[in-house]
Amino acid sequence: MATTYNLKRADFIFRNENDWEKILNRTLQRDKTELINELISSELKGRGGAGFPTGLKWKLASESKVQEKFIICNADEGEPGTFKDREILTKVPFKVLSSMAICAYIIGAKQGIIYLRGEYRFLKPDLEKTISEFEYYCNEINFDFKIKIFMGSGAYICGEETALFESMEGKRGEPRNKPPFPTNAGYMDKPTVINNVETLAHTFTIFKYGATKFYDLGVQFSRGTKLFSVSGDTPKPGIYELELGMSLQDFVDEFGDGDTKAVQVGGASGFLVPRKRFGETAIGFRGKLTGISLPTGGSMMLFNSSRSMFNVLDNYLEFFREESCGQCTPCRVGCQQLLIGIKAVKQGSKPASYLDKLLKLTETMQYTAKCGLGQSVANSFSSIVENFREEMIY
Amino acid sequence: MSKKINITINGVVYEVEPGLTILEAAQNAGINIPTLCYHKDLCVAGNCRVCVVEIAGQKRLAASCATPCQENMEVLTNTLKVRNSRKHIIELLLSEHNADCTKCYKNGNCELQELAAEYKIMSQDLIDLVPYKDYTIDMFSPSIIKDDSRCIRCQRCVRTCAELQGVNALTVAYKGDKMKISTFFENSMNDVVCTTCGQCVNHCPTGALIEKNYIEDAWEAISDPEKHVIVQTAPAVRVGLGEEMGFEPGESVTGKMVAALKNLGFDSVLDTDFTADLTIMEEGTELLTRLKKALVDKDINIKLPMATSCSPGWIKYIEHMYPEYLGNLSTCKSPQQMFGALAKTYYAKARKLDPDKIVSVSVMPCTAKKFEANRPEMHDSGYRDVDIVLTTRELAIMIKQAGIDFRKLPEKKFDRLMGDSSGAAVIFGATGGVMEAALRTAYEIVTGREVPFDNLDILPVRGLEGVREASIKIEKPLENWAFLDGVELKCAVAHGLVNAKKVMDAVKEKKADYHFIEIMACPGGCLGGGGQPIPTNPEIREKRTKAIYEEDKNLSIRKSHENPEVIKIYKDFLGEPLGKKSHELLHTKYVARNRY
Ligand SMILES: Cc1cc2nc3c(=O)[nH]c(=O)nc-3n(C[C@H](O)[C@H](O)[C@H](O)COP(=O)(O)O)c2cc1C
Ligand code: SF4
Repeated sequence: MATTYNLKRADFIFRNENDWEKILNRTLQRDKTELINELISSELKGRGGAGFPTGLKWKLASESKVQEKFIICNADEGEPGTFKDREILTKVPFKVLSSMAICAYIIGAKQGIIYLRGEYRFLKPDLEKTISEFEYYCNEINFDFKIKIFMGSGAYICGEETALFESMEGKRGEPRNKPPFPTNAGYMDKPTVINNVETLAHTFTIFKYGATKFYDLGVQFSRGTKLFSVSGDTPKPGIYELELGMSLQDFVDEFGDGDTKAVQVGGASGFLVPRKRFGETAIGFRGKLTGISLPTGGSMMLFNSSRSMFNVLDNYLEFFREESCGQCTPCRVGCQQLLIGIKAVKQGSKPASYLDKLLKLTETMQYTAKCGLGQSVANSFSSIVENFREEMIY
Repeated sequence: MSKKINITINGVVYEVEPGLTILEAAQNAGINIPTLCYHKDLCVAGNCRVCVVEIAGQKRLAASCATPCQENMEVLTNTLKVRNSRKHIIELLLSEHNADCTKCYKNGNCELQELAAEYKIMSQDLIDLVPYKDYTIDMFSPSIIKDDSRCIRCQRCVRTCAELQGVNALTVAYKGDKMKISTFFENSMNDVVCTTCGQCVNHCPTGALIEKNYIEDAWEAISDPEKHVIVQTAPAVRVGLGEEMGFEPGESVTGKMVAALKNLGFDSVLDTDFTADLTIMEEGTELLTRLKKALVDKDINIKLPMATSCSPGWIKYIEHMYPEYLGNLSTCKSPQQMFGALAKTYYAKARKLDPDKIVSVSVMPCTAKKFEANRPEMHDSGYRDVDIVLTTRELAIMIKQAGIDFRKLPEKKFDRLMGDSSGAAVIFGATGGVMEAALRTAYEIVTGREVPFDNLDILPVRGLEGVREASIKIEKPLENWAFLDGVELKCAVAHGLVNAKKVMDAVKEKKADYHFIEIMACPGGCLGGGGQPIPTNPEIREKRTKAIYEEDKNLSIRKSHENPEVIKIYKDFLGEPLGKKSHELLHTKYVARNRY
C-alpha cells in the first residue's frame, strides 16, 4: 500500500519573483560542487516526462571537459490540454531564466536556449523583453551568459530532447539513438543540460529556500510539489500546484464531479486509473512505495460515466499515429495497427481475442521503440483495454 | 592505445575494441543478428529495430547497431523476448508493405523477404495496411523506378543520397503513418536534382527503388532476325558480374562474360574498353591543347582545371549544382556514347551493315548510363547512338533466364573491331583509373618517355580515399611541348559525389590550382556503380578494385595509344584526335539545370 498524503495545495512556483536578482547574485557566488550537492539532496526529478534526477543531470554535464556547453529550457509543451509551462513563462519568467543562468554557471555554459512551442509565438515579444532585462543584469554582475529563443515547428515529437536538438540543428525532428546522452553530446553534439520549464522553476525554489524545504514536501521518491493540469469532467479545470504523493481518491474527491469513473494520469502517454483503484494509487514518480507513477507533464483528465473508454483510447491512438515521427517500425506501424485493430474488434471483423494480440504488440513497442513516445503507447493502451475490455468489444 | 572491453555475448566472454557496437562485436564473433536499416556504407540510423538484443538488467531491448559495447555488458541475442520482438517487427513491416513478392523485381534478392523466410512468417495476424494507403509508383525517370508500396522507411536511400552523394534528392516527408521517402515537392525523380547514379537503388534492401529494366527490349532485339545486335561491356562489369553468378567478390569473369553474351545471341560482343582507350586519346589531347592555350597563348577563355566527363551521374550533378563550371568539363563523350556513335558509323561501314538495322546494347555498372543514352543530343550517328542500356544486374538476370551454366562456360574473347582493350582502359572501372590512363598516355606524348612510375602503376592516384591529389613534374619534353618544361601537372581524383563537392568547392573558392580532375559519381568509381550487384559495400569494393588492377597488370598492352584498334581507327576513319570526325562523333555539349 502506498504512503499517501491527503491533498495538499502549495504555492511556490507562482509566488512572486521580485527577489530574483538577489537570489541569482547570491547563488552565483557559491561553490559549484556545493550547489550540485544541494540540488542532489533535494531529490528533484525532472518535470518534463522522464523524471531524471536534475542534480545528477547537472553534475554529469559539469564533469565534461568540453569547452562549449549549452543549457536548454524545454518549453515545447505539446501534451494536449496542458499549459503549465506557458503559465510559468508568463507569470514568473525570471525564475526560469535565473535557474538557466545558475545551471550555466555550474556546468560552464555561456549560451542558454529556450525552445518555445510554435503555438506560443505570442509569448515571444514579452519573453524577449524579459530576456534582455535579464541579460542586462547578468552583464552588470559580470556574468557572461546569453539566452535566445528558438521557435518550435509544431510537432509533438520535437519535445523529445534529442528530436529537439535535431530540429534546432535544422534537421528533421527525429529522436536520436541513446547513448550518447545529452549531457555528453546534445545540441551540436556538445554537452547539454535540457530541462523542462517547470523543473527550472523548482530549482529556483530550491536555491532560494534550500533543499530541505523542498525535500520536506511530498513523499519518498517523489519530493516537492508539481503543477497539475486538471481537465475533463471536472467543475474546476485549471492548473494547480500540489504536493506529490497524494492519493488519487483524494484528488478525485477534490476535483471530480461526483461521477468520476476513471482518471487518465499523465496525458496520452500516461495511465488510465479506473475508480476501483483510486484509493490504492498514489500520484508520484514510480518508486517502491507509490502504486502508479506519474509520467510526463502532469496532465490529469477526469472521465465520468457518460464517457466511452473506446472513444478515449481511439483519440489517444489517433494522436500517436499522427504524432509519431514515423522513423521506427514498432511505433510507426504499431500505432496504425493498434488503431485499426481496436476498430476491427469493435466492428466485429476481428474477434475479442485480437485485443490480446494487440496487448502483446504494445509490449513489443515498449521494448523496442526508439524513443519515449513509442515506448509509452503501451501505458494508455493496456490500462484502458485491461480495465474496460467490455467497452472495447460492445 | 585504448583498453579493450570485456563483453559477454550469449554466455561467452569476448574482448573487443572500445567503440565497437554490439552488432559489430557479435558479427566479429560469428553471431548473426538480422538488420535492415544498417549498411556498412552509411551512418547508423537504428530505426528498423530488427537488430534488437537483450542486455542483462534492462527491461527494454537495445538496437545492437546503435549501442556501443560497455565493460561487463551481458548481451543475449536469442532469447524468446528477442525472437518474439523481431518477429513482431518483421510482421509490422510486412503489414505496411506491398508483399506480393512474386510480382516484385527484387523477388529473390530482398532483405525483407529473407528475414520473413528466416523467421518463418507463415500467417499474417495483423491487418493489411496497404489498402489504407495511397502508395504511388514513380516511373518517369529513364533510370530509376520508385515504388512507395515496397518501401520499409529504413532511410538507407536517404542517407545514401545525402552521405555518399551529397545530393539530397531523396528526403523524408511527413510524420506518423504518413511518413514517406519523398523528393522536393514530391516531384518525380525525373524532375528533381537526382543524378540517376542509382546508389539509392544499390542500397535499397527491398524493391522500393529499382533500376528501370530493359531486359525484354534486349530479348526482343536479339530475337529479331532483321537486327544486328551488338553489345559493349564496361570495364567494371567483368569484376562484378561474378558475384551474381555465385563467384566470390573480386573474381574477374571477363572470358565467361563474353561467352555468356555470345550464348545469349548477341551478333557481336565488343568492349567499351576500346572507346575508353579512345577517350584517353581525345581527352589527353584535349588536356594538352588546353594547357597550351592557357600557358602559351594566355587564352583567358580556356577553363582549367579540366574535368573528366565519363561518369554520367557526375555530369548530371555538375549540370545541376555547378552549371557555371560546365566549360571545365572535357567535351569528350563517355566511352559508352563514343562507342554508340561509332557503332552506327565506323562499325556499320566496316561491316557493311545498314545502321538502321543495328541495335546497340550496352552493359554498364550504372543506372545513369540509361539516362545518358536517352539524352537528346546523343544522336550524332544519325540514329540513337545507344539503344538499350542494361546494368550488370540485368545481364545476370538474362544469363539466368537463358539457363546458362555460367560456371562451366569456356572463356571466350571479344570480337574484333572495337573489341580490343589496353590495361589503361580496364582501370577506368576504378576511381583514379581515368587519371592514371590519361597520365600514361599524355606523359608519353609530351616527353616521349613512359611515366616515371614503376610498372606504369601510378600509385598516388589509386586507393579509396575520398579525394586524392597527385602531381607530376614534366621534364625534358619533346620539342613540340617545350612550353611544358618544368611544369608540375596537378591532378585531383574524387569518387562519390560528396567528394566531388569538396573538390568543386575548393576550385570555386580558388583554394586549389589543379590542371586536371577526375570525378566518378559512385564510391569506388564504376566498380561501385549503382548498377552493380547488391550488396556493394566497402569490403566488396576493395575486392573489385583489386581485381581491376590485376586485369591491368595481366594485359600486354597497358597504354591507350598502343591499342592497335585505336591506332587503326585513327588511320582508317577518324584522322587525328580532336579532328573533324572526332568532333562530330565523339564530343558533346552540356546543359545547365536547376538546383531543385
Ligand atoms: C514524445 C515526447 C515528447 C516530449 N515532450 C516534452 C515537452 O513538451 N516538454 C518537456 O519538457 N519535455 C518533453 N519530453 C521529455 C524530454 O525528452 C526530456 O526528458 C525533458 O525535457 C527533460 O527535462 P526534465 O529532466 O526537466 O524533465 C518529451 C518526451 C517525449 C518522449
Ligand atoms: S518511438 Fe515513435 S516517435 Fe519515437 S523514434 Fe520511434 S517512431 Fe519516432
